[in-house]
Amino acid sequence: MHNNDFLTGWGLSLMVFLPLAGALVMMLIPKAEEQLIKVVALGSTLASAAFGIAMLADFDYGHGDQLQFVVNKSWIEVISSRYIVGLDGLSLPLVALTLLVTPLVIIYSWDHFPEPRNPKAFLILILVLHTGMLGSFVAQDLILFFVFFEVVLLPMYFMIGVWGGEERQYASIKFFLYTLFGSALMIVSFLAVFFAAGGETFSMAELAERIANPAQFHLAPVVLSTQVLIFGGMFMGFGIKVPMFPFHTWLPDAHTQAPTQGSVILAAVLLKLGTYGFIRVALFILPEAAVEWAPWIGLLAVIGIIYGALGCLAQTDMKRLIAFSSVAHMGFVMLGISSLTTFGLNAAVFGMVAHGLITGMLFFVAGSVKERFHTLEIKRLGGLLLQAPKMGWILGFCTMASLGLPGLAGFWGEFPAILSVYNPGAGLSEELFRAYMVIAAIGTVLAAGYLLWLLQRTAFGTPSEEFADEHIHDVHLTEWLAWAPMLVLILVLGVYPNLIFHVTDPVLTAMGDTFQALGK
Amino acid sequence: MLASLLQQGTPFLRPEVDFHALAPELVLTGAIVAVLLADLFTSESTRGIVPSVAGIGLLAALVPVLTLALDGADRAMFGGGYAVDNFALVLKAMFLLSGYVVVLLSTNYIAEGDYAEGEYYFLLLSSILGMTVMASARDLVSIFVALELLSIPAYMLAGWRKRDLHGNEAGVKYYLMGVFASAVMLYGMSLLYGLSGSTLLADIGASVAEGDGLGGTTPFITLGIVLVVVGFAFKVSAVPFHTWAPDTYEGAPTPITAFLSVLSKAAGFVALLQLILIAFVARDDVVEPLMWVLAAVTMTVGNLIALRQTNIVRMLAYSGVAQAGFMLAPLAVVGSNPVGAGRAVVTYLLIYAAMNLGAFAVVLAVARKTRSAEISSWGGLFEYAPGLTVLMTVFLFSLAGIPPLGGWLAKFVVFRALLQPDITAAGVVLAVVVGVNSVIALYYYANVANEMWMKPAPDGDVTPVRVPFSLAAALTISVVVTVAFGVSNLATRFGDLALFVPQ
Repeated sequence: MHNNDFLTGWGLSLMVFLPLAGALVMMLIPKAEEQLIKVVALGSTLASAAFGIAMLADFDYGHGDQLQFVVNKSWIEVISSRYIVGLDGLSLPLVALTLLVTPLVIIYSWDHFPEPRNPKAFLILILVLHTGMLGSFVAQDLILFFVFFEVVLLPMYFMIGVWGGEERQYASIKFFLYTLFGSALMIVSFLAVFFAAGGETFSMAELAERIANPAQFHLAPVVLSTQVLIFGGMFMGFGIKVPMFPFHTWLPDAHTQAPTQGSVILAAVLLKLGTYGFIRVALFILPEAAVEWAPWIGLLAVIGIIYGALGCLAQTDMKRLIAFSSVAHMGFVMLGISSLTTFGLNAAVFGMVAHGLITGMLFFVAGSVKERFHTLEIKRLGGLLLQAPKMGWILGFCTMASLGLPGLAGFWGEFPAILSVYNPGAGLSEELFRAYMVIAAIGTVLAAGYLLWLLQRTAFGTPSEEFADEHIHDVHLTEWLAWAPMLVLILVLGVYPNLIFHVTDPVLTAMGDTFQALGK
Repeated sequence: MLASLLQQGTPFLRPEVDFHALAPELVLTGAIVAVLLADLFTSESTRGIVPSVAGIGLLAALVPVLTLALDGADRAMFGGGYAVDNFALVLKAMFLLSGYVVVLLSTNYIAEGDYAEGEYYFLLLSSILGMTVMASARDLVSIFVALELLSIPAYMLAGWRKRDLHGNEAGVKYYLMGVFASAVMLYGMSLLYGLSGSTLLADIGASVAEGDGLGGTTPFITLGIVLVVVGFAFKVSAVPFHTWAPDTYEGAPTPITAFLSVLSKAAGFVALLQLILIAFVARDDVVEPLMWVLAAVTMTVGNLIALRQTNIVRMLAYSGVAQAGFMLAPLAVVGSNPVGAGRAVVTYLLIYAAMNLGAFAVVLAVARKTRSAEISSWGGLFEYAPGLTVLMTVFLFSLAGIPPLGGWLAKFVVFRALLQPDITAAGVVLAVVVGVNSVIALYYYANVANEMWMKPAPDGDVTPVRVPFSLAAALTISVVVTVAFGVSNLATRFGDLALFVPQ
């Protein structure tokens, strides 16, 4: 394995911090220079993406289980925290997803700034968000990860609170308080794991080794009950972010009130921080505790699947419906994780990317519908296929992908996740997990139900009377530019899922083997 | 006759005075005189140089602090009663720099109000002098002298707006409460002196460690410790001794509110640290539960009352009470981890000084336009003063502890101290209390952000805010330090440097 030297030294750091540098430059540009501001914003995300693409090209896929492009520099040495960043098969798909989604969101923003406009502030927040998201996916030190994980909070809070809908203030503070509560417990558990492992390092890889082989480091082994408690703290932090039932109540409000761009980023990337954290931090460092928690994670996951689906059926607002469908879809991801098998984990990571693309697209479409009809109330909509046929077909395509139609990306996240719990790893109870499997399968039927019903009520039929005579503009140029890459990827990943499985498999096989060994 | 008496007694020995060690205080004393003279010899129109003299004096006093730090040797004088070690130097530097920021905050406020400028800076510098002495005081008497030197000018400064009823209330309340606290503390000190026969903290520490060896005096030692701690609990506005703080903060001139809530509180913590870490640490059976309860109650009550405030200065006052609770928390595990607890408190103090002074600087700048401290008057700030809005947001969310702003590291070192070296039930429970309180605190900080970013201007007046140069300088210093402390190891470095001379 040999990566390009320059990329190893600087690639990840430049990729993460270029958007932040762009944001600083934008602060100096006067507000009136809108065009320049947009160009700088797009330029800095594209520059960041260019480094990302260079690293994707240079990545040694045969050794996807090893961290590549690692930088390990001293940072806050008195608290033993180091600046460690690296890319492996688990981070790579999510970094790629982030690098794709943010520029598309900026392109979409080009002529879709939500009220009260102010493109300068809006785009600066998106860039800060971008840095936070990318940083979280490449950080390999718990404290560094925590800092990046929190950096995304503030921009999202302001994005919902300033550019959001009617109930924006309530939604933004709810989002903030919920996530911060999880973070507070999470940082305490990070510290607990740090001290349990000798109090010398926050590096994820080293912590995992120290917990697994304490004798090698002359440490007392960490009692299982302590591990289970620490895992519980992380569970709260990540579970709220995912969000898992019963910590999901912030999500529908945040999604419904956020501006389109905020919803897209929230659905496409932010929620993945939670599931990614589960695998990268909780499962990786505390595998034994994960085995103890797995049945409960699985239980909450299937409750989330059914609850989310039933919630969808009751919604009257299109955006709120998509938000509840996120709860259900993230349930599938968590179900795959709870199986503790290579197969299930692969499905989970695929599910994250697929959900990011599909639900991101659904929110884009919802935003454009709202812009044209000034409402998202399902019963006032209808006949989209007649008034804006292209947009109607795109909505149809996305709902099909979302309900898991084979041949589109959604299928490969959902189906293997259900299949994986048939044979859970690490000696978990087969009966229990097969019961979960049946419940999850019912969830897919419900998903088909609410999604098709949504499509039927909004796209089919004739336009409702109030909009019958209005001229509805079909998909704009900027919308095409922003949507086409996502639509193509949904199709490509559906036809050739190995594109992601090939990347994630080595690292997740190693993890699955750990759990397999624990089960014996 | 006098000559024969003198011959009988032991000859009087002049104590060794290390003038280099005293240089920061000497320079500051010189600055105080210079301020008085400048006031005397300037006319009304040229009085503007007085704050400059005060500011330059404070920065000049930093020079010997730096040379002492470069010299690196720990110095002790007067039998160990006055020490210049890394702990003292780090905190002296903090007092001087924060004092400089307070001068910057005061410049326009005092010049534009109908206030006596010369006396104001004279008192301010005197109080800061008391604080720099406090950082070195390792003896009950020098602690008390330092405390009075820093408090008495502060009583006068708190009542500076003498034509305002609230101003009078602020001064009188602060004075009465402060004197009461001093009396309680003195009684505790006299007990400790009576039992140990020495005013040196190190000697008291040794006697306290012996405990029952003194023959049934343990209860009196306990009483002495509790009374001294209670005295300083007033100073740091810990619940239930906080009742003066909101009224005083609201009535005092805003720069003095910043001064009281940052420097005066820090001085109280410095004294507490020295007393607990040197003298009381052997009696962790008294100190730990006392601090546990004080910390938990202070942060919870402070936060809950802060939730209901509509005036930003009062809100910051109660938030300062809650922050004091966070700073007290590490002292609840001082017995098992004295070094870690001390470092955590110092690190917290440094970060808190930067972010809280910054928040007050924005309050001052905004009040120049709105002439109000009501949170509702902050609506629409983002429209007409985006720069100030972003700065205030940085300070508020730093106070709330959101990475990557300084405050998160402060909370982090508290968590770390609480869980070190072994995880105890008391430590974990307090850590969870700190966690829950951080979330409660976020609500009222975010409430101000909400007002600035998401509400329209209340009277539709969107003329921009003019920020005078000195305020802009104060804001720049605060924001740079707040962010730098959050993303680098500076604060923890200084915090870890701040260790006492081994006794």
